[in-house]
Amino acid sequence: MSNVLKLAHALKKLDDKIVKCMRCGTCQSVCPVFAESLAEGDVTRGKLALLANLSQKILTDAQGVRNRLERCLLCGSCQSACPSGVSILEIFMEARALCTEYLGLNPIKKIIFQQLLCRPKLFSFLMLFTPLSKLVMSSDKNAQNTVCSPLIKLAMGERHIPAMPSKTFTQKYGVINIKAKDSKPTVLFFPGCMGDKVYVSTTEACLKIFKHHGVGVEIPTNMSCCGIPALASGDVKSFKTMLKQNVEILKNKNFDYIVTACASCTETIKDFWREHSAEMDCKNDVAKISEKAIDINDFLVNILKVDLTPHTQSSKKTKITYHDSCHLKKSLGIWKEPRALLNANGNYELVEMKDADRCCGCGGSFTLTHYDLSKKIGNKKQQNIQNSNAEVVAMGCPACMMQVSNSLALAGNSISVKHVAEIYAETLPNN
Amino acid sequence: MGNKLAQDFEKIVGKENVFSSEVDRHSYSYDSAVLKSVVPALAVKPTSVEQVGEIVATAYTKGLPITVRGSGTNLSGGTVPDSEDSIVLLTQGLNKIVEINTEDLYAIVEAGVVTANFAREVSAKNLFYPPDPGSQAISTLGGNIAENAGGLRGLKYGVTKDYVMGLEFFDKDGGLVKTGSRTVKCVSGFNLAGLMVASEGTLGVIGRATLKLVPPPKASKAMMAIFKSIDDAASAVAGIIASHILPCTLEIMDSKTINLVEDSENIGLPRDAEAILLIEVDGHPAQVADDAEVVEKQLRKNNATSIVVAKNEAEKTKLWEGRRKALPALARFRPTIVLEDATVPRSKIPDMVRTVNDIAKKYNLFIGTFGHAGDGNLHPSILCDKRDTQEFARVEAAIDELFNRTIEMGGTLSGEHGIGTAKSKWLEKETSKATILFTQNMRKAIDPKGLFNRKKIVSL
Repeated sequence: MSNVLKLAHALKKLDDKIVKCMRCGTCQSVCPVFAESLAEGDVTRGKLALLANLSQKILTDAQGVRNRLERCLLCGSCQSACPSGVSILEIFMEARALCTEYLGLNPIKKIIFQQLLCRPKLFSFLMLFTPLSKLVMSSDKNAQNTVCSPLIKLAMGERHIPAMPSKTFTQKYGVINIKAKDSKPTVLFFPGCMGDKVYVSTTEACLKIFKHHGVGVEIPTNMSCCGIPALASGDVKSFKTMLKQNVEILKNKNFDYIVTACASCTETIKDFWREHSAEMDCKNDVAKISEKAIDINDFLVNILKVDLTPHTQSSKKTKITYHDSCHLKKSLGIWKEPRALLNANGNYELVEMKDADRCCGCGGSFTLTHYDLSKKIGNKKQQNIQNSNAEVVAMGCPACMMQVSNSLALAGNSISVKHVAEIYAETLPNN
Repeated sequence: MGNKLAQDFEKIVGKENVFSSEVDRHSYSYDSAVLKSVVPALAVKPTSVEQVGEIVATAYTKGLPITVRGSGTNLSGGTVPDSEDSIVLLTQGLNKIVEINTEDLYAIVEAGVVTANFAREVSAKNLFYPPDPGSQAISTLGGNIAENAGGLRGLKYGVTKDYVMGLEFFDKDGGLVKTGSRTVKCVSGFNLAGLMVASEGTLGVIGRATLKLVPPPKASKAMMAIFKSIDDAASAVAGIIASHILPCTLEIMDSKTINLVEDSENIGLPRDAEAILLIEVDGHPAQVADDAEVVEKQLRKNNATSIVVAKNEAEKTKLWEGRRKALPALARFRPTIVLEDATVPRSKIPDMVRTVNDIAKKYNLFIGTFGHAGDGNLHPSILCDKRDTQEFARVEAAIDELFNRTIEMGGTLSGEHGIGTAKSKWLEKETSKATILFTQNMRKAIDPKGLFNRKKIVSL
């Protein structure tokens, strides 16, 4: 049996989920990708029809179907709006996994997932050389603190990436292990790749917040990536390798919560780790970890119940707007909490942008593989941010921060990009 | 034939707007109706109205069947291609609102403008475009016109046909036909716009439309009434109309729908109710207050067990929640939902609900009913699994009986979803042999090769 036929056969197991789609087309009204292309094959209804036809072998171009499947941010807008309640994200993730199993993985992704993300020590070691990047990167000298270079252009198209810190968080601080005060909870902070290696200031802000509130905190070194980039690309094998590596480190630690400042990491630890470990030896360890996963906004507002009254009242407030990250709002249901934390800082005035919960266009590796589309979607977000007249845009996901920074830098906007934790941390005294 | 065929259209709309790959062709093989897909030869997406004429002329010369597709939300198969050599003409690229005229109260739009986007833009100019089909967030105005789409506000404000002042459409040779005007009155020539409304893509291809706008109502009031008996609910509907009140919406949900909504949403709907009515009156504030009082009186007179009146916008939203969740709750219960729109004179609503329940029992099917009680347009929704051939055969038999009974009650096959291919076979029964022949003859005169959506309404 050819691989295409095997794939078609394997897709049959999704039939019960796909058949729930009543083809009403509601997904057209919310899909950011469809809004750019207006192509039925780009919207969920179309993709589900293609998957169904492929599994019934009335369509033979498996790679063509896969190409359509990959034109998706996995933002979950369609799932939130779907009247039939189709488990769209599950279907897409499983279908991507099957495509990878039978049609192989893009060679660049293969190198990134299998050779880099699965080897956290090597990844950290390579980061030692990032200061050298200053030799070839030139600063954009903008509010977003991005850099660009002809080298990036060659590899990823005209793009502005965050200026890399001279040291990663773990290189700068080593292992963090601070005892809880009084009856405060102890958290394990999972910085994520971006929080450790790119947005060090976000992780520092979280640390400051934990210390201030007497929360016990441990931040181990050599954590692996949470695995979402591999999983979203259907590389379940690499995902499970990363999962196992992380669980090995986490299973013997004592903590009440595992907190992240990255909505995608939280969603992955909370749901995808648990779902994918069902048949793994570490199943029970994972279950214990997954149930403790919580986003920083959720933790501060609902667990720690921090005081949300603004104590400083500036006469001239800085306008700030908030972008709802897909994983934070649509997957985890967290959208009130970050706004409450922003409002707790009396130096800012929160102004809502239009379509705050519309995807920024990053979609993880989507922005690498579909940059033109990603840029167009990002451009809509940039316009909405600009039209809000805010000077700062806050959000709860480092991947969004990177994408939004690029969109703002491309447009020449002088609007800075912050994590909600950074804005909240500003209200706390430095010690 | 693939490439050669594509090239002719690429010359008109550019390579990026001709879809000929297997995957793309499969993407345009279906719509929202529960019908068999037909994969077309090609899909073509014009980016200007003028290109539509060229596409039609090219296709007609070559003898290619043409199916026009807006957003593909059709519930009677109107946008499913006729055959595998069909081309699908996509109108979603024609999405410009050309003009919203606040002095003369009209708007000019291209065929592919999404209904809700248009209504929002109109509302921003403090005017009102009332037709609100259930798919308005997705559907296109061109599609609404071709199907004469209705919606919740039909009783007071009418349906799409009541808002079409003029049309520009393309005939088989790509010639531009203009009909109607920006003026309120216009009798210059045949009312071709009226003919195009509900023609389901069988006569020509709509490019632009001039639509009537109205001043928005200044106030509104919503209420919900619960009934132990469906007859009481129907009497209340009749009583409201007989009191010369025209609510802007008058919706009904039957007990099966109520219970499914309650199962999934848990919003406190009474599970033992046989029907719920949702009523909204709008207009001048003083009129709204008077009307609401009369409506309440009629509800009480007809044994409503409870009446909830929304005091503010938030309460109104909450009141409507149950109705908004009706379709999702039904759709989630089983894999397939066959959404019908058989419509009867409103006095026959109790008969209709009973008929639906009898049919459900007879064919061992689950049918939940909700819909527009004010205009007799109910949506009996058959919940099933289309993969179960035995069950689906019962569904088909049930539909057959439902339509026959609807016609016997003096009703119509379709209130707002269109005939398409799904209901074509019952049309003669509702009308007459001569009606079918007249329709065919008229179509043949306009479309001698029979290429415009050939199998729809009355097959050529």
